[in-house]
Amino acid sequence: MPTPALSPSPPAREPAAHDGVRVHGLRRVFDGRVVLDDADLTIAPGEFVALLGPSGSGKSTLLRALGGLDPEAEGHIEVPGRSAVVFQEHRLLPWERVWRNVTLGVRGGDLRARATAALEEVGLAERADAWPGTLSGGESQRVALARALVRTPQLLLLDEPFGALDALTRLKAQHLVEALWEEHRPSVLLVTHDVEEALLLADRALLLGDGAIAAEFVVDIPRPRPLDHPELVRLRTELLAGLGVHAPAEHGRTA
Amino acid sequence: MPSSPAETLVVGAAPPVRAPARTEPRPPPPARTPRPAAVALLRRLRRVSGLVAVLLLWWLGTERGWLGATTPSPAAVWDAGVDLIRSGEYGEHLAVSLERVARGLAIGIPLGVLLGLLAGLTRSVEDVIDAPIQAFRMLPHLALAPVFIIWFGIGETSKTMLILIGPIFPLYINVLHGIRGVDNRLVEAARSCGLGRWGLTRRVILPGALPQIFVGLRQALGIGWLTLVVAEQTATTSGIGYLMTDAREFLRTDVMFVVLVTYALLGVLSDLLVRLLERRALAWRRGFTGT
Repeated sequence: MPTPALSPSPPAREPAAHDGVRVHGLRRVFDGRVVLDDADLTIAPGEFVALLGPSGSGKSTLLRALGGLDPEAEGHIEVPGRSAVVFQEHRLLPWERVWRNVTLGVRGGDLRARATAALEEVGLAERADAWPGTLSGGESQRVALARALVRTPQLLLLDEPFGALDALTRLKAQHLVEALWEEHRPSVLLVTHDVEEALLLADRALLLGDGAIAAEFVVDIPRPRPLDHPELVRLRTELLAGLGVHAPAEHGRTA
Repeated sequence: MPSSPAETLVVGAAPPVRAPARTEPRPPPPARTPRPAAVALLRRLRRVSGLVAVLLLWWLGTERGWLGATTPSPAAVWDAGVDLIRSGEYGEHLAVSLERVARGLAIGIPLGVLLGLLAGLTRSVEDVIDAPIQAFRMLPHLALAPVFIIWFGIGETSKTMLILIGPIFPLYINVLHGIRGVDNRLVEAARSCGLGRWGLTRRVILPGALPQIFVGLRQALGIGWLTLVVAEQTATTSGIGYLMTDAREFLRTDVMFVVLVTYALLGVLSDLLVRLLERRALAWRRGFTGT
């Protein structure tokens, strides 16, 4: 949203000179309840960052502030000029055909061709003329991805985009997102509650707690990452501990 | 679930009973799927069957005298109708009535939509205009007929004004509530796609409110016909309402019934028209992939 950068309290969403995100002192209060308090966040150009945290810790709030969807967030926010959001629900307009959904809000000529190109990237070019209501959950979410891609975002904001998908579809969608990220290299902020998802996809996993980034885990594992990579298993245990899950899951399970 | 190393082991040892337990949440199936021709025909017959039954009962009732001596049979009404049409009287009066309704609706419907849009899109406008509109809505507008004759005379103006008032309220309410009922998450998503106020209104809010707006349109048309009946009962010498008042003077119940049937047909026709519009405008609801 074109928020004027004059008043001190609303976030000044100025296009950053470089592709990347810088957040300083982000604060958001809902009815007296402080959700984000002096949160700082940096995302390098082309970096894939996952944001984890318990329910209600403010993950989505942070993402929404970056996406310019929260006019009441206070603090300094610098994001690239072009960003796109994929939500947990596909949020496609049921009254517009798939390709019209993809190009929603896109200016310029030959929208149809651009929509087709984006849909091809997610493997749905042949559904361009379908109504969204006829798509499966996984397909809808891929269209939502295409809708983000067509904007050639420098920052891609993913708000639990796989949360509503079944296990198999989710795996495929994760691979797709990884492939698209490697192809286009936007900065990515992925909000998720799935520790493994974060470790499979992200360069860095951040843990949100008490209104700010409480812990950082650098995931330095070559891609594609096998789930049983020892480093990944170690990080998983650490991250789960950070989330307050100290379950000795590996023991007593196979017995 | 093959998403953790521990469980992959379990899955390898036994059939994967857990994975299919979570099925992909599919969107609700399309409201109506294209049906075979035979089923469609049956449906059409069913729709007509009720009407045919009413006609049969009517005919039987007059034959047996259940409905009293003064009630004409369907055949008598048919004959009277044919006579009226042949003499040109029917066409003349019908044209006048149609023009009255058209003139009233042509102003009333856009006005109701406009007020609903203004209130629905802008809170401050709603705050100002909602209370007076609600107050006027509660006033039975048909009771205004004598007042309108005093204000606007016995000519066409008072009739047009009366027909104009009625449809405003159902449209206002349905447009307003249609707009307020649009899923805010869709609005947010569209906004994140860079849509401005005008784009949001045109591509998200209005289409989202459209099903509800059609409900308002149906009600508005019904009220339009209803008002016509009242408007034509006094101070006029033309229109199908006059035809009926005139027939009453001469105890021509068959002509009165011709007019009653006309009202019914007009109502059905206008409903069909809205349905046709709906089918085109709300095609997405039926899950058609297009032809």
